[in-house]
Amino acid sequence: MAAARAVEAGLDVTGVHLALARNPASHRTGARGCCTIEDSRDARRAADVLGIPFYVWDMADRFHDDVIEDFISEYAAGRTPNPCLRCNEKIKFAAVLDRAVALGFDAVVTGHHARLDGGVLRRSVDPAKDQSYVLAVLTREQLDRAMFPLGDSTKEQVRAEAAQRGLSVADKPDSHDICFIADGDTQGFLRSRLGSQAGDIVDAETGEVLGKHDGAYGFTVGQRKGLALTRPAPDGRPRYVLSITPVNNTVTVGSAEALEVSTVEGVRPVWTGSAVPDGPIECHVQLRAHGRPIPAVVELAGDRLTAQLRTPERGVAAGQAIVAYQGDYVLGSATITTAGA
Amino acid sequence: MGYLDHAATTPMLPEALDAYVATAREVGNASSLHGPGRHARKLVEESRERIAAALGARPSEVIFTSGGTESDNLAVKGIYWAQRALGRNRVVASSIEHHAVLDAVQWLADHEGALVTWLPVDEVGRVQPFEAGDDVALVTVMWANNEVGTIQPIAELAAGVGAPFHTDAIQAVGLVPVNFAASGVSALSVTGHKLGGPAGVGALLLGRDVSCTPLQHGGGQERDVRSGTLDVPAIVAFATAVEHVVAEQAHEAARLSHLRDELIKRVREVVPDAVLNGDPVDRLPGNAHFSFPGCEGDALLLLLDAQHIAVSTGSACNAGVAQPSHVLLAMGADPVTARSSLRFTLGHSSTVNDVDELIAALPGAVERARRASR
Repeated sequence: MAAARAVEAGLDVTGVHLALARNPASHRTGARGCCTIEDSRDARRAADVLGIPFYVWDMADRFHDDVIEDFISEYAAGRTPNPCLRCNEKIKFAAVLDRAVALGFDAVVTGHHARLDGGVLRRSVDPAKDQSYVLAVLTREQLDRAMFPLGDSTKEQVRAEAAQRGLSVADKPDSHDICFIADGDTQGFLRSRLGSQAGDIVDAETGEVLGKHDGAYGFTVGQRKGLALTRPAPDGRPRYVLSITPVNNTVTVGSAEALEVSTVEGVRPVWTGSAVPDGPIECHVQLRAHGRPIPAVVELAGDRLTAQLRTPERGVAAGQAIVAYQGDYVLGSATITTAGA
Repeated sequence: MGYLDHAATTPMLPEALDAYVATAREVGNASSLHGPGRHARKLVEESRERIAAALGARPSEVIFTSGGTESDNLAVKGIYWAQRALGRNRVVASSIEHHAVLDAVQWLADHEGALVTWLPVDEVGRVQPFEAGDDVALVTVMWANNEVGTIQPIAELAAGVGAPFHTDAIQAVGLVPVNFAASGVSALSVTGHKLGGPAGVGALLLGRDVSCTPLQHGGGQERDVRSGTLDVPAIVAFATAVEHVVAEQAHEAARLSHLRDELIKRVREVVPDAVLNGDPVDRLPGNAHFSFPGCEGDALLLLLDAQHIAVSTGSACNAGVAQPSHVLLAMGADPVTARSSLRFTLGHSSTVNDVDELIAALPGAVERARRASR
C-alpha cells in the first residue's frame, strides 16, 4: 500500500522484498506476515497490480548478524532488546538504503505508520498503530532518505484502500511479535541458543532465595508472570523482576513499588527533531513500544541522554529505547542503560 | 527494448504461431475413434514424423511431453526405475546439469536408493571422458549448458558407455547439429519454447529398445510411457518450429555466432576486466556469459532492466533468493565470482540493435553496481 501511494504520487517506484530468513517457510502460520515465500509472492503480485518492477533482495546474512545475533547477545547481557528497532536502524535504513542509493534510487519507502513532517519524525494519525518509536533511532541522514506514505491514515483506511485497489495485502494479518521466532516462544528460542543456565531468584529486600530459574536471559524487568517462585515473598505480595545480573546469573525480584524509577539514562543518542539542546528541556518520553508518553526533563550531554521523569514509571528495561517527544513530534532517542529511583 | 534472454525463452516463430492458431480452431481428441479424432491423430503423427526426421530419430522414438522439465524427469526417473529392476542403481550425472536433471537425480538418491557419481567439469565447463561400471543404471550429460553455453562432445562421451545415456539437448536443438541416432544416446530431451515453438510442449526421444517406467499413468498414450490427452495445436506448432530451426540451423548459427562475437568484443571494450565464462570455442552460438568483477549480477540485472534491457543472472532461484550458480562453482569459481555473473543470449529475433542497446547501457550499470556492492 505504501508502494501504491508512492506510485500514485508520481514517483518512479521499484518493489523490493527483503529475504531475511536463511531458510524461509513456504507458508504463513499464525499471525506473522512478512518473511515466508508466500509473503514474497504476495508482494510480487502487489507489484504486478501496481505495474512496477519487483525484486527479492537477500539480506538474510546481514539480518542474522545485525538483528538476530544482537537480540541474543542483548538478552545474554541482561537487557531487553527491540529487534524491530534494530532492523530499521541496521537493515531497512542502512543496508537496504545504502544499496538503493548506490543503485541510483533516492529513498526507501516503507509502510510504517509514522509521518515525516519537514524532515521531522512524527507519530501516525492512528495512535494505536503508531510506529514512530521503532523509527526514532534513525539519524537525520537516514530520515532524509525515508518516506512513510501511510502515516496520514489509520490502519482501517489503509486496509479499505488496499481492498479497493485489489491488493491481496488487504486481508493479511498485521505483522507483530518477533518475525524470526516463528512459534512466538521467545524463551524457547533463547534457551536453544544460549543453553540452560540455572540460577537464583532473589528477593531485593531480604536477599532470600525465592526460587530458581534456568536462564536469567529469559526475564524482563517488570515481569510478574512465569517467575515460578517456590516460596512466597515474606510480605505475601506479588513480586516483579527488578533487575537481571548476568555476572552472577541472578534475577532480583521485589514489590511493585520497587519497580518505580524516576531517572532513566541512555547511550548512543540521536537527536533529529530540533537543534541539539544546550540544556535540559521539558518534553515527554516513551520507554517501550506502545508505552505511554511520560512528562520528563531530558538532558543531552555528549553521548549520554538523561531523563528525569515527572511521574515515576514501572518496568523500565535496559536495552529498550527512550524516545523523547514534543507533542507528537520525535525529538530524539537513546538506548536505555540504567533506570533508577 | 533489448531482449537478450533467448535461453530463457524465445519468441514464437511466425509459422509456428500460425500453425498453432489454425489447429487450435479445430476440435478432436487424438485418442478418439471418429472423424475429428482421426484428424487430430493424423496431425499428431505427422508432427511426430517431422520431428523424428529433423532430429535423426524414428517416429516411434518421439514421446510428446509437457516440456523440458517433464522430459528430463521422465528420462532420469523412468530409466533409473527400469534399470533398478535389473539390479543397477548407480546414476552418473554431470555436475552442471539443469535443475530438472540435477534435482531429479538428487531426489532418486534421497528417496529411491540411487547411488550418484557426479562428474566434474574443467574450468570451461567440459565434462571429461569417464568409464561407467556394471552397476550404472543411467548416465546423463547435457548437450549444451544453459548458463555458460559450453557444448559437450556427446557422441564421444556416449560411445562405449554400456549403460543407458540420456542427454538434455534443450538448449542445443536448432543451434547446433543434433542427430539422435548418430549421437548414440538412448534418450534426448527437447522443448518447444526454447526454439520458437510454444511453451508447455516438448518431447523425449527415447530409443525403441530403452525401457522407461512411466511417471504418469492413465490412457496409455505415447507408447504407454506418458499418458495424457495430447495437446494437438501445441504439438503441431512445436513440430513446425523444430523443422524450421533445424533446416535453418547452419545459417542461423553462423549469423548468431557473428553477432555474439561482436557482443563479446564490445563488452570487453567497455568493461575491460569482464571475464568470459565457458568454452571460448565450443559454445552455443547465441551465448555470452561474463563475470563482472566487483559487481553483483542481481544489481546489474536490476539496472539493465530499468533501461528495458532483459538479461539473466543465469542462476536458479532458491526460495526467491538467487544462489551462486552451481555451474560456475563446479567450474571452480568462488561464490563471489559466481554471483558477479550475467548471461546474454541471442536468438532468432536478435539484431545488432540489441547489442548496441546493451553496450550503451552496460558501462554505467557496471560502474553503479560496483558502487552498490562496496
